[in-house]
Amino acid sequence: MANKVATRDAYGKALLILGKENPNVVVLDADLSKSTKTAEFGKNYPERFFNMGIAEGNLLGTAAGLAAAGKVPFASSFAIFATGRAFEQIRNSIAYPKLNVKIAATHAGISVGEDGGSHQAIEDVAIMRALPNMVVLVPADGEETRQMVLAAAEYEGPVYIRMGRLEVPVLFGEDYHFEIGKAKVLKEGTDVAIMANGLMVAAALEAAELLAGEGISVSVVNVSSVKPLDEETILRVAKETRAVVTAEEHNIIGGLGSAIAEILGEKLPTPMVRVGLKDSFGESGRPYELLEKYGLGKEGLVKAVREALAKK
Amino acid sequence: MSTVDLKRKANLIRQDIISMLVPAKAGHPGGSLSAADIVTTLYFKEMRINPQNPNWADRDRFVLSKGHAAPVLYAALAEKGYFPKDELLGLRQTGRMLQGHPDMKRTPGVDMSSGSLGQGLSVANGMALAGKLDKKDYQVYVLLGDGEVAEGQVWEAAMAAAHYKLDNLTAILDYNGLQIDGPTDSVMSSAPLADKWRAFCWHVIEVDGHDIEALEKAFAEAKQVKGKPTILIAKTVKGKGVSFMENQVGWHGSAPNAEQAEQALKELREEGLSLGE
Ligand SMILES: Cc1ncc(C[n+]2csc(CCOP(=O)(O)OP(=O)(O)O)c2C)c(N)n1
Ligand SMILES: [Mg+2]
Repeated sequence: MANKVATRDAYGKALLILGKENPNVVVLDADLSKSTKTAEFGKNYPERFFNMGIAEGNLLGTAAGLAAAGKVPFASSFAIFATGRAFEQIRNSIAYPKLNVKIAATHAGISVGEDGGSHQAIEDVAIMRALPNMVVLVPADGEETRQMVLAAAEYEGPVYIRMGRLEVPVLFGEDYHFEIGKAKVLKEGTDVAIMANGLMVAAALEAAELLAGEGISVSVVNVSSVKPLDEETILRVAKETRAVVTAEEHNIIGGLGSAIAEILGEKLPTPMVRVGLKDSFGESGRPYELLEKYGLGKEGLVKAVREALAKK
Repeated sequence: MSTVDLKRKANLIRQDIISMLVPAKAGHPGGSLSAADIVTTLYFKEMRINPQNPNWADRDRFVLSKGHAAPVLYAALAEKGYFPKDELLGLRQTGRMLQGHPDMKRTPGVDMSSGSLGQGLSVANGMALAGKLDKKDYQVYVLLGDGEVAEGQVWEAAMAAAHYKLDNLTAILDYNGLQIDGPTDSVMSSAPLADKWRAFCWHVIEVDGHDIEALEKAFAEAKQVKGKPTILIAKTVKGKGVSFMENQVGWHGSAPNAEQAEQALKELREEGLSLGE
């Protein structure tokens, strides 16, 4: 896992593929194109790139209009501004009329680091997931991002893609196959399952390795499609392991942990521990220091696994 | 404080900005330096405040709507004595008081949390309305960026401030011509700014945002205006005071390394000497 790539960098590259392949793809940004990595698309396809300035409501509203007129818009900003400032534009101008807008947001979660709590989206998955018609995707690495962006362009309807700022370990090769609505079992285990997404997938694999040394067999599932959720895989793995830890760089309210708890609660009550922000905002700091501090490092995961096992 | 003392203070604040960004390894020098003379004039001349009593109910308020310029606010607060200057070196670090963007819950003297652009004028309006309701004579100041005014909420608030005749409110627009993706004119043109604010029924004063004497006069004029809010459209240079940062979009959001900081501090110290420190 020596190689690292930021999901936002993979997004920028995937847009170049789309620019070439699909003349209907247009890209919009709100004065953050260097950070969200849409700038390269802008350079290569200037007539299909619209910088809206610092105006996220207008960004998403304009994307809705472009979609209504047959374009495939990718609209980008930081996750907090894309989903927060423009929430109701997304709700009523994109999700409600089920328009074909791709909201590709970067800088989600506390791994934003130094900019601090005002810039760290910890609720975006919850609010996007609560919208009917919205597909919600969280990639674990660069390759998955590339496939996800291409799949989102193929899919007809609103999609939210949640990416990070940080470089994260490369986990997958081109043989990996992402599909909207499918979870991937990355490692089969029998004692407990960690169901994770985003940068928590790499941490989950590390934790599983640590625990294997103690004779604990951990299943690791990448739930990059938060909505639609792959109920079949989740129920199968939960049945096999009888203990589930969810892990996400998000508030424990409303995100992946909640989505999985909803299914297990109704269909297969299973001992569970949710790893995520414990209903608190983030703060300024170095990204990995913050992840440790808020229990999102591999130590935090190992601890959660022990708690889950104790509940069995 | 005399005009020349204010100039010296602004120079010190610029040095603080550079010094605190080095250990932070991240942050926003450009928009902090462009606002240094404005913020200095406010905190050391204009505003009625008491660092010993940061929550004093009758104090003047300041909202840093362009919250990424936190370093200039922190430098002013530290120079004013709200907290020890050592804190500046903990900027943006885990567990420390000075967040990347202003946080009123953690930092004494910060009147409003900010960092998400476009929201500060509405908040300032709320403070000004409360001042009128409570028959208090405090003033409310709010600093906006020229890229920031692309946000629709700014114009909703502009309309409301005039509607409610908020003459206890003074906005300052840091007109440095740059945002992140390039010059404001090429990203999202906002000109003509003065005409827009006039059309929204504000009293508009165009001023050189680095001329402290002119800023003092403009703030004095703003206080005299009755029945409408005032905005200072302050022409500034992003990165002002550090030759290699001036007018460079690349210095919006990256911190100088130790070597660059040394060069910047050398220039600033020389300027300080020329002011007769
Ligand atoms: C709502 C929102 N959108 C985007 C950003 C990211 N951002 C931070 S600073 C900035 C540019 C600000 O430009 P300007 O207002 O001109 O400030 P200045 O030049 O004075 O630094 C942007 C886009 C933000 N902080 N808030
Ligand atoms: Mg500017």
